[in-house]
Amino acid sequence: MDFMNILAISLETAIGPITAIYVLAAIGLNLHFGYTGLLNFGQVGFMLVGAYGVAVCVTTFGLPLWVGFLVSVACATVLALLLGVPTLRLRADYLAIATIAVAEVLRLLYRAEFARPVTGGVYGRQSFADRFYDVNPIPSGSYGVGDVDFSANQLWVMLVTWGLAAVALLITLALMSSPWGRVIKGIREDEDAVRSLGKNVFVYKLQSLVLGGVFGGLAGAMIALNQQNITPDQFMPQVTFYLWAMLLLGGAATTWGPVIGPMVMWFLLTAFDESLRALSSAGVLEFIGNSEIGALRHAFVGVALLLLIVYRPQGLIGNRKEMLVNVK
Amino acid sequence: MSSDASGAAPGAPEGGAAVDRMAGVEAVPGVAKPDPILTADGVRRSFGGLTAVDVDHLEVQRGTITALIGPNGAGKSTLFNLLTGFDRVDAGTWSFQGRPLNRLGGHRVARLGMVRTFQLTKALTRMTVLDNMLLAAPGQSGERLLGAFARPVWGRQERVNRERALDLLQRFKLDAKKDDMAGSLSGGQRKLLEMARSLMVDPSMVMLDEPMAGVNPALVQSLLGHITALRDEGMTVLFVEHDMDVIMGISDWIVVLAEGRVIAEGRPADIRRNTQVIDAYLGAHRGEPAGAAGTEESG
Repeated sequence: MDFMNILAISLETAIGPITAIYVLAAIGLNLHFGYTGLLNFGQVGFMLVGAYGVAVCVTTFGLPLWVGFLVSVACATVLALLLGVPTLRLRADYLAIATIAVAEVLRLLYRAEFARPVTGGVYGRQSFADRFYDVNPIPSGSYGVGDVDFSANQLWVMLVTWGLAAVALLITLALMSSPWGRVIKGIREDEDAVRSLGKNVFVYKLQSLVLGGVFGGLAGAMIALNQQNITPDQFMPQVTFYLWAMLLLGGAATTWGPVIGPMVMWFLLTAFDESLRALSSAGVLEFIGNSEIGALRHAFVGVALLLLIVYRPQGLIGNRKEMLVNVK
Repeated sequence: MSSDASGAAPGAPEGGAAVDRMAGVEAVPGVAKPDPILTADGVRRSFGGLTAVDVDHLEVQRGTITALIGPNGAGKSTLFNLLTGFDRVDAGTWSFQGRPLNRLGGHRVARLGMVRTFQLTKALTRMTVLDNMLLAAPGQSGERLLGAFARPVWGRQERVNRERALDLLQRFKLDAKKDDMAGSLSGGQRKLLEMARSLMVDPSMVMLDEPMAGVNPALVQSLLGHITALRDEGMTVLFVEHDMDVIMGISDWIVVLAEGRVIAEGRPADIRRNTQVIDAYLGAHRGEPAGAAGTEESG
């Protein structure tokens, strides 16, 4: 069993394109849940419309890539408005129900037979990312330190996605240290109190939902470009719950929580997978095949979340004192 | 908590009874006042088959302390919610400073200068005391999504607001707590914070929903001092309360609600003599000292 190899692969994942994508989506979710207190259980829906925004624009309509990005942002905005306008005046649970349902409805719509001319139905969309890799300024080759290495294309996706995540983080940071952010945090604590002080709570919640949704949409667009092909069935509800687990692991309502959470989670997941695989091929755990590893991974996430909630409810970098403040 | 806090509020000891601010107003339900700040007509609200509020006509005189009393379930809090835009009426109109408020949301009502507090105190617990105060300041450019990025613009506003917030916190003896989480304050301190916070909005009328509920007796005196001080500064106060001693001590005018209707109005002395009130409201507690009515309050 090669520990250095497992470590290298895990590190690669922890800073790789997928992690960067989850960080971007988690920053959006943190704005929703961590700061505003909105229960968005459908972040994957924003990622789906974002991914298809790029893919459909380029393949179906032959538009340039940058238009695809604008369409992704527009789709995420429209989705946020559709979800928010009817539910944000109601109690918090209505948004939760609407988001989880709409995200799943969207997946089924995009894969439906009648949508096939536009979305490609169950087969999804392919070969729309060529232009993205054509403009890759990084000379082809392999880059890295020791066993950790990336191809020029991977590095290009990482550069763009981490760049977007950094911008999203800076926007969130600027907003949350402003009076706007103070109102947002107030709404999380008690929206009636904020309303009684003359703030239009509905508009603030809608703004938060749109902004965090756009971050999710951009994350979706980067999924599309990273994989160079997408199908509706990769946008299953568990993506949202992975994001929640990562956000809570890192620490909701903190600046770095949505960054640390996905990195640590992907590191652990990969290390877990690789270790099991190595043990299995070394003949130590013969009864575990490749298919069981996937199932065990879910069990592992479950146990990790359980331990987290019991021993560190504020997340890795959350403030325990703030968490335990008497909330009545 | 400081027991000498009432000393900070001028005019507290004299109470409401010393000056008759309602001279010449007849003590009958729905009577017209010389200078009403709030006028309500035919305000009705029912929940299912139960009529919670059915007020034919009610006026609140500017610059006075008006108490809204009535037995449990009389519709006091519902009326509060309706008037402040936190609930929708089934019928009726009402206006504040001559401006109709029908169908306005709670935030719009607050911006017009009518700010309320809540029976169950709503301190924003995971925010500092100072942030609670700053949040309430009106017209902040940094509260708009795009304005939030223009730090130099709202930074200047923020400094002014901070000064005003610190002044208010000092007046309410909370300045030492300004950096503490609001959730770490005691129940009484939260009431003080909520009152101070509502003043940050710069209201012309404050609506206090049971400001004394769950507050220890030492702090009650201080809260009373603050309420009379608000009136002496020209603000109008409408408050719901159960403690009869408190009500009789500081109110200029008392409105009695029972089963959603205004059954009596008048100066404290008028209300004390009103047999209808004694039957409807105090009848249930006859034989107990008046002050005991407040202790059953749980919220």
